[in-house]
Amino acid sequence: MLIESGSPVAADTRIGISLTINGEARQLQVAPWTTLLDLLREELDLTGSKKGCDHGQCGACTVLVDGVRINSCLALAVMKDGAAITTVEGLAGLANRGAGSDGLHPIQEAFIEHDAFQCGYCTPGQLCSSIGMMNEGHAHTRDEIREAMSGNICRCGAYTNIVDAIEDVMQGEAAR
Amino acid sequence: MNRFEYVRAGTVAEAVQAFASGAESRFIAGGTNLVDLMKYNVERPDRLVDITRLPLDSIEEHEGGLRIGALVTNATAAYDERVQARYPVLSSAILAGATGQLRNAATMGGNLNQRTRCYYFYDEATPCNKRQPGSGCAAIGGVNRIHAILGASEHCIATHPSDMCVALAALQATIRLAGPEGERQLAIADYHRLPGDAPQQDTNLKPGEIVLSVDLPAEDFSRHYTYLKLRDRLSYAFALVSVAAILELDADVIRTARFALGGVAHKPWRDAEAEALLQGRAPTREVFEEAADHVVRHAQPQSQNAFKIELARRAIVRGLTQAAAGTPQPLSDKRIA
Amino acid sequence: MAHSISIDGVDRHVGAARSRVDGPAKVTGLAKYAGEFDAPDLSHGYVVSSAIAKGRITAIDASAAEAVPGVVKVFTHENRPRTAWLDYNYQDQVAPPGSPFRPLYDDKVHYSGQPVALVVAEDFDRARYAASLLRIGYEAEAPETDLTRQQDLAYVPPKKRSGIKPPPGARGDADGAFDAAPVRLREDYRQAPEHHNPMEPHASTVVWEGDGRFTVYDKIQGVSNSQSYLMAVFGLKKDDVRVISPYLGGGFGSGLRPQYQLFLAMMAAQVLERSVRVVLTRDQMFSFTYRPDVLQTVAVAAAEDGRLQSVRHDAISGTSRFEDYQEVVVNWSGILYECENVSLNYKLAQIDTFTPGDMRAPGAVTGVFALEMAMDELAYATGQDPIALRLRNYTETDHTEDKPISSKELRACYAQGAERFGWQARNPESRSMRDGKELVGWGMATGVWEALMQKSSAQAVLTADGRLEIGNSTADLGTGTYTILTQIGADTLGLAMEDVTVKLGDTSLAEAPLAGGSWTAASSGTAAMRACREIAAQVFTLARGMENSPLANVDFERVAFRGGRIEVTDDPSRSVTLIDAMRAGGLDRIEAMGSAESDPGQMKKFSHYTHSAIFAEVKVDEELGQVRVTRIVSAIAAGKILNPKTARSQILGGVVMGIGSALHEESMLDHRLGRFMNHNLGEYHVPVNADIYDIDVIFVDEEDQANPMGVKGLGEIGIVGTAAAIANAVYHATGKRIRHLPITIDKVLE
Repeated sequence: MLIESGSPVAADTRIGISLTINGEARQLQVAPWTTLLDLLREELDLTGSKKGCDHGQCGACTVLVDGVRINSCLALAVMKDGAAITTVEGLAGLANRGAGSDGLHPIQEAFIEHDAFQCGYCTPGQLCSSIGMMNEGHAHTRDEIREAMSGNICRCGAYTNIVDAIEDVMQGEAAR
Repeated sequence: MNRFEYVRAGTVAEAVQAFASGAESRFIAGGTNLVDLMKYNVERPDRLVDITRLPLDSIEEHEGGLRIGALVTNATAAYDERVQARYPVLSSAILAGATGQLRNAATMGGNLNQRTRCYYFYDEATPCNKRQPGSGCAAIGGVNRIHAILGASEHCIATHPSDMCVALAALQATIRLAGPEGERQLAIADYHRLPGDAPQQDTNLKPGEIVLSVDLPAEDFSRHYTYLKLRDRLSYAFALVSVAAILELDADVIRTARFALGGVAHKPWRDAEAEALLQGRAPTREVFEEAADHVVRHAQPQSQNAFKIELARRAIVRGLTQAAAGTPQPLSDKRIA
Repeated sequence: MAHSISIDGVDRHVGAARSRVDGPAKVTGLAKYAGEFDAPDLSHGYVVSSAIAKGRITAIDASAAEAVPGVVKVFTHENRPRTAWLDYNYQDQVAPPGSPFRPLYDDKVHYSGQPVALVVAEDFDRARYAASLLRIGYEAEAPETDLTRQQDLAYVPPKKRSGIKPPPGARGDADGAFDAAPVRLREDYRQAPEHHNPMEPHASTVVWEGDGRFTVYDKIQGVSNSQSYLMAVFGLKKDDVRVISPYLGGGFGSGLRPQYQLFLAMMAAQVLERSVRVVLTRDQMFSFTYRPDVLQTVAVAAAEDGRLQSVRHDAISGTSRFEDYQEVVVNWSGILYECENVSLNYKLAQIDTFTPGDMRAPGAVTGVFALEMAMDELAYATGQDPIALRLRNYTETDHTEDKPISSKELRACYAQGAERFGWQARNPESRSMRDGKELVGWGMATGVWEALMQKSSAQAVLTADGRLEIGNSTADLGTGTYTILTQIGADTLGLAMEDVTVKLGDTSLAEAPLAGGSWTAASSGTAAMRACREIAAQVFTLARGMENSPLANVDFERVAFRGGRIEVTDDPSRSVTLIDAMRAGGLDRIEAMGSAESDPGQMKKFSHYTHSAIFAEVKVDEELGQVRVTRIVSAIAAGKILNPKTARSQILGGVVMGIGSALHEESMLDHRLGRFMNHNLGEYHVPVNADIYDIDVIFVDEEDQANPMGVKGLGEIGIVGTAAAIANAVYHATGKRIRHLPITIDKVLE
């Protein structure tokens, strides 16, 4: 059903929302308790966004909502009605400038080049978080990048390589 | 997560009305704590009132100070130029908490109303008076190195986890509320409460009240301030102890001194007597130690957190020193100034 | 180069920094992990965990859960299907001696967080919701999880765990020599229990293929272990169950043994005759294996000049009530240094938790931490530089086995590490160095791990389009196995890396052991090289047999495989492409198998170890207790390095986890409840980005004959000794010896 301001939607009703996901407009029916992460992973088969803790404590689920990085595990999908979501699957599509020959976003290429991951499970979150962080524009030095990226845990310990990759992209952007 | 009704409110009146007509309603905005708690079955609302579309997301000049809408995200508030220029202690405190992602979602109102991070509160398998009144407090005699040393009770030793609220306490912010009985205001000091025998109540909000804004008074503490946070890793951890300190110095005399502690009590902890000790004195280590000693004079340790008393004492001294020297604790450079 | 991969001795990819071949899949989100595979009609299981640590379940009321629309079934001990009866059937390939935990076996609760029910529903959300409605009654008994209260009951494990060497017999008279020595130290050391916490929670997707056949996607460090476990427990034939695990979101040892979600998913799939996925929550990641609590005492005695007179290392490790988990904790103290009087003792004591398990460098992390702190203490007691003390007691013999060590470039590690770190500028006095408000400390330690090889096989197929596929059943947990096998295949057959595909983690591929113990590169790498060499020989025969072959009358030893061609090494103008050779031979594909196992002669003659020297700089705000590890130099001697880029990452990962051990990680037990209380990533602290400053990795040259590639393995060595180097640096900075890890603010303030 469609939602009407101020009127309760009964607990057993799916609610119609519209989301733009990786550039594609989607009309979806969601249960009110479905998180954005579960919507992506369980219902839309976009399993790139990872569930590492489901409580906002690891950052693996980080996606961009209207360009802003958030933990998708703590966002109810129904509350994001009307938003544009970018997941790791859509990053290459974001790269309208400076995309590499393989169509990857520069940050994706930099992560490969700097070996900024091992198991790869935190990587989609790290990538989305990096882009979100660059959009925010508050981090410039290595110390600032470290602090700004501390919401993304990497148990394989690739942190120094992650910072190298981000610095590389930031320098590339600055040079452009 | 349990089943619940969902209401999307368009106006404050609608939100308050929708809340009141549910049996166990909760307002939801950023969701960073509520959704977390619902997944642990700690919160089981039967109705969620989505307030994200209410017009409470701006920062405005107000009586010489600033009025920060309840739905302004923590990130927006922290990076707002006016906040940074006039209330840098608030900016620092917000940025010392959580992570970039969480601060982008979490709101001012939600930060005020976040629940404790006591292990037992989150764990259904254990007794907790805050989660289930009357079940007991397992933290007492249990794993409690992160728990309260001030103002706790035999029913609850949890701490309030916010960094932002510690700065708001020092800034003497006012919280503007709306509820079924209309609007009212609460001083930040009266907003949170000590656990006493009703630890299930974190705040003095009345049922169904919603935060409209956080109002900051027309004062300038941009020169002598700091937010110093000590924790178990260098970022993304709750405070063992934190200090928000703001000073007004006149030559070499303290005219005004306010400081609040985080991580030590069920609410941001201020001690008016200790602040008064600083008034009119020179900003020296001895004077700061005197004030710090005064704050911890009634501190009560738990089985694993006696260190927090000494840590709080030293943090106060260092925090006041930083504030007096005009060398606030930076966020990214982890050397303690 | 003594150990070349290429036929002509010139490696092009092996030994060079190459980007991870699985990189594109991982940065685009296309890499699929165990809980992400879909199946028609997939159902979802949610595990309900025990609220008590010990006792029995008196009642389970599932009525409310079953009434939730979409709930398929609630499994408990009361209605579980019959599975194998004997303990033996539940013992996986790396199980310690004992009676393995059997999920939903009966009403007994053995530990807090034990799975007591599985709720299966049409989707994840409904399974989770229904699980919250289950009402379980318990009769609780008082648990005992405090190892210090059980140590009087400690025992020498009656049955040794396969692959784990018990401590060697005493050498000389350690106690007598201790009493007689002029410099003596005896101290207790303890490292907090830790949970592995790979980023990906454990998950299994069991796909019902009809007729009792299953495809299983499991988070496991070796698919054959899951397969054989499922066969034994559920009475399946090998052909009935294929286990696949292409990517793991980290393991660190937590995925060596099949974990309970696999049992539960298969149980449900078999009963329901439909596909089932079970994914654990982060909290449930604290409900199985962990690095054990170990109480250690190290007594070292030396002559005035620092020469060791006596080493005694005693350890009591926690284990569960049902299995005797064992790891090598104390033996290292008999291996690393020259000493005639050595006594090493290792016992177990039981507590009411799940069985501890292997976690990155199991045993060595624990034991070497204690030894290397004791060595630092001895350096101060004898007034020696910590490196000088170690060099004074240097040995190239493994006295626990009475064998020479095949290669030990540890001196080079000390020298190169010290130089890179700037160790010579160190003022040996503690509390002597400052940077502003912070005390600065420089500490070092030695690391050691066994260089192992396991029996392994690999298959390779060269197809007529000139593409090579290599495969075996081992796992790449982020270690870089896909990449090094690609390099090996490319160099052996002279192909571009893009022309080589590696498949791993599938029981339909050639059999390989679990990925663990740092043995994968040596074992699977050698097997893959041999399979590719076999193909090289065959395709060379085809090429030489071609009509008017440019390679006619040329020996295999005189050709090089490069650029997709077989060339005469001395005369590259004479060549045949692999594609032409196959075409001429009329072959679409050439298949070969390769196998590898350690050479018994070599094993009998030598001991094999990797070594490292770790240097740490800490900055300590003494007043407030904050410790920062601002610099680490880790110098590694691990034989041949196949890929410096991924190799470096392995060491970085070990170092970061070592920093975690030193400063952050601690699973905190409430002994009244017998429960780990900080069971989430908010309160179980692993290092975050802000905690990690500069880490410098050095690979020193080391020639080794341990295996045909001269490779020793890198998965563990990066962590061993790191915590000791940091703790030693904290002492140097502050004058405080903190012998209980992690070094948190409270301990610095004490």
